[in-house]
Amino acid sequence: MESVIERIERGQFWPFHGGINPPEMKFLTNEKPIRSLPLPEKLVIPVQQHIGEPGDLLVAVGDTVLKGQALTKASAPLMVPVHAPTSGKITNINLHVIAHPSGLSELCVTLVPDGEDRWRKRHITENFHELSKDTLIEKIADAGISGMGGAGFPTHVKVNTQAQINYLIINAAECEPYITADDLLVRENAGTILDGINILDKVLEPAFILIGIEDNKPLAIEALRRQTQDIDKIKVCVLPTKYPMGGEKQLIQALTGQEVASGVLPSALGIVMQNIATCFAIAEAVISDTPLIKRVITVSGQALSKPQNVWALLGTPVSFLLKQCGYPEQTKKHIIMGGPMMGFSLASDEIPVVKTTNCLLAPSEKEIPDDNIEVECIRCGQCADACPAQLLPQELQWSAKAQDYEQLNKLNLFDCIECGACAYVCPSHIPLVHYYRVAKAEIREQKLLDIKAEKAKQRFEARKARLERDKRIREEKHKKAAEARKARMNSGTKEANKEKSAVAAALARVQAKKQQKAPDDDNQPNDNDKSPVAAAIARAKAKKAAKQNTTSKQKPIADDDKSTRVAAAVAKAKAKKAQASAHTKDDTPDSYTDNTQKADSVDTTEQSPKSTQAENDKKARVAAAVAKAKAKKAQASTPTQDDEPDSNSKDNTQETASVDTTEQSSTSSQAENDKKARIAAAVAKAKAKKAQASAPTQDDEPDSNSKDNTQKSESVDTAEQSSTSSQAENDKKARIAAAVAKAKAKAKAKKAQASAPTQDDEPDSTSKDNTQETESVDTTEQTSVSVETDNDKKARIAAAVAKAKAKKQQKNSKAN
Amino acid sequence: MTALIAILILGLIGLAFGALLGYASIKFKVEGDPLAQQIDELLPQTQCGQCGYPGCKPYAEAVANGEAINKCAPGGDETIKKIADLMGVEPIAMDESHEADNTPKVAFIIEEDCIGCTKCIQACPVDAIIGATKQMHTIITDECTGCDLCVAPCPVDCIEMRPIEKTTRNWQWDLESIPVTEVK
Repeated sequence: MESVIERIERGQFWPFHGGINPPEMKFLTNEKPIRSLPLPEKLVIPVQQHIGEPGDLLVAVGDTVLKGQALTKASAPLMVPVHAPTSGKITNINLHVIAHPSGLSELCVTLVPDGEDRWRKRHITENFHELSKDTLIEKIADAGISGMGGAGFPTHVKVNTQAQINYLIINAAECEPYITADDLLVRENAGTILDGINILDKVLEPAFILIGIEDNKPLAIEALRRQTQDIDKIKVCVLPTKYPMGGEKQLIQALTGQEVASGVLPSALGIVMQNIATCFAIAEAVISDTPLIKRVITVSGQALSKPQNVWALLGTPVSFLLKQCGYPEQTKKHIIMGGPMMGFSLASDEIPVVKTTNCLLAPSEKEIPDDNIEVECIRCGQCADACPAQLLPQELQWSAKAQDYEQLNKLNLFDCIECGACAYVCPSHIPLVHYYRVAKAEIREQKLLDIKAEKAKQRFEARKARLERDKRIREEKHKKAAEARKARMNSGTKEANKEKSAVAAALARVQAKKQQKAPDDDNQPNDNDKSPVAAAIARAKAKKAAKQNTTSKQKPIADDDKSTRVAAAVAKAKAKKAQASAHTKDDTPDSYTDNTQKADSVDTTEQSPKSTQAENDKKARVAAAVAKAKAKKAQASTPTQDDEPDSNSKDNTQETASVDTTEQSSTSSQAENDKKARIAAAVAKAKAKKAQASAPTQDDEPDSNSKDNTQKSESVDTAEQSSTSSQAENDKKARIAAAVAKAKAKAKAKKAQASAPTQDDEPDSTSKDNTQETESVDTTEQTSVSVETDNDKKARIAAAVAKAKAKKQQKNSKAN
Repeated sequence: MTALIAILILGLIGLAFGALLGYASIKFKVEGDPLAQQIDELLPQTQCGQCGYPGCKPYAEAVANGEAINKCAPGGDETIKKIADLMGVEPIAMDESHEADNTPKVAFIIEEDCIGCTKCIQACPVDAIIGATKQMHTIITDECTGCDLCVAPCPVDCIEMRPIEKTTRNWQWDLESIPVTEVK
């Protein structure tokens, strides 16, 4: 280590590879002092002016802010706040074109100065040596300081390193032609800069502090030497002028002879580098509590009549600065932000200057001609000689043009510092750096995509695993429930017997149905004719639904469309039929196997003819219209299918319930018929409306479908049975059953009426309805069946149980 | 005698190597199909199902078993080229039935139209939609793969695919925009 210092003291430095010596254009501005400018009309302060994340906004439109007041606050380590450069009013917070080669817009705060330049309250630090390291770093972070050399890395992150620091290097090289901002800053504020360096010394505790400065700034060197002559630790290192001396890796190599390997941070070598303008900002922030709100900017170029270094408030539009420096009014504007070697052309002169802006260049046509046409590479190899990163620019160029990103990685493209030396020396005017920038962006993008793809894959796998797990758990639950039920039924308690008998009743019902078909021939010719058809339709529909379920992932629209159109057609046909044969016996079974909506609408048509012959026509027509409208709607809402069984099944149960009610009531007593039927019709209509409202949510799930079907078929049973029982009309039991049904119908009608407007959101009540229904069905069925067949033992037991239940329910309904 | 020794030695060597190979085949057994895995890594992982397979991995497995390599619409020609390189076959043109447009997009829910039906949530292969029944849903843009699967199930058509916005973070240098010029 001593040898490094010895060498530096002898004035010897290490060379770095390549580099160029472009013509010095610093004379344009280095003779004049830094000028202070009047307040611009407005300031546009980008929320993000550094590498990392933008801070969180603290102000809103219309707020009045004081000079130095924070506009954003940092809530994460890589966030850096921005501050109001002067007092004034926030007039806008919106997207504004920013200082970026893309000319894209980002969030900016627009501040209109009030001209008073009132400061917020500041706390002057008398002696920063008394402050702790953490306090100093906090002050640096709060002042919103990020690297002012060009990259804009948050300074508080850079100085908050745990590594043992041998060298703190202060970068004052300023190797770009034209730029003299640091030169002038050092000349005028060497004392403050020394304070800043001392603060960094306290924070980082380096063994030595090296100030790297090129030998083309004699006055700045003198000023620094004068300030640091008593301090042994600080060495002012005067380096030969060579572009890009100011590159981090190049300066480290020139001063210490150490090469920073690819992918290694300088702090790993015990080195931290800070720009000299950053040192000034640190001193201002810590000592006089002044956040980073202004900086020195070299406004230069031969197109200007008064090129000069200026103190510019951050957020000042470029146009204002150019006007102050005598930019002629011309239509074709070519303005470069940054130096001529590494800067970028601006898309607009309304772009505000930011923390990293050190130069604005307005070149004349002669200075930077843009008519150099790229020609073929002649393989001269000058670019490789000039490359300070020891890359092979020509090879990189070939690979970049071929988009061979693998090869570019092999050639260490990402070690390219984009200094532009290769493009400068290229006799073929190949914009080499541009090819590299494009390739770098592509590779970065690809890396991001890869990361995203990996994340998507993980999420997909996780989701799949979750779905499978849920399915397994559900199945297990069902299995357990089934086992528990079995166990309960076999336990021999009263309840178990009851359940057993319910099952027996169900079995008996099925049998009864089978037997009934033969003797019922003369009773219900209509029904019998239709039932096989209905069954066939139901089967076809079930098949279609199953098909849909399997294919719906790929083509939900097409299939569904077709099926609903078919359904709609069926509904229309039915509505017509209902209208035509209003007084004929209902075709309930048919409609029940159909879609809910249709069943509903057909019910309406059914009920109305039964109630009164006079009203018949009108009602039927209304119903038909409703049915038609529904059919249309169903057709329109084809792509919208519901996977949620909740609401639909609820609706369905309600509907079937109401249908029961109306039918039972109508068949049970002719006297009450009129009134009840009308009520029922009203209820049915209300429901139809509701169903219409919920029309876009059609059901496609097999579970709910099958559920619906069972419910519907049960209700069909009710209808059938009630009619048969009333027709038989001699058995006592049947009469009891009819009475029970009547009572229930009343209760249900009431309930339905009550629940119709509130849309019954409680699943409990509907399920209750359901059970009641099925039970009542049992009752009626069993009674009639026992009369007709009267030989099966099981059926008799079931009938007895059903009787008991009917009694109970009678009680219940009375209570209701 | 010499012949016997020779046979014995060769037999022993054979046994030793056989044991070694047997051990190696157990110890270094490769789980799954390495080719399918490699193909899977090349696929964009949008899980969109446009290839006709339920996810990228199943398609990768199918390709490894001889399925056409030109069915990945989001991956585009680049992915076809990569798979062709890997498989050692000629790259072919994108399947005509697939959209040629593979600009990266993300889904966007027009929130005032959302009725909270949760259908899109069930359709999303990467769980990039948050919301609950009768609550407004929204897309986690960073997680969305732009697979399009949520658009069709929406009953109120409130989901649309929007191209990913250009920001300074994902902006690509355009060779035409700024000519690099030299200082004389």
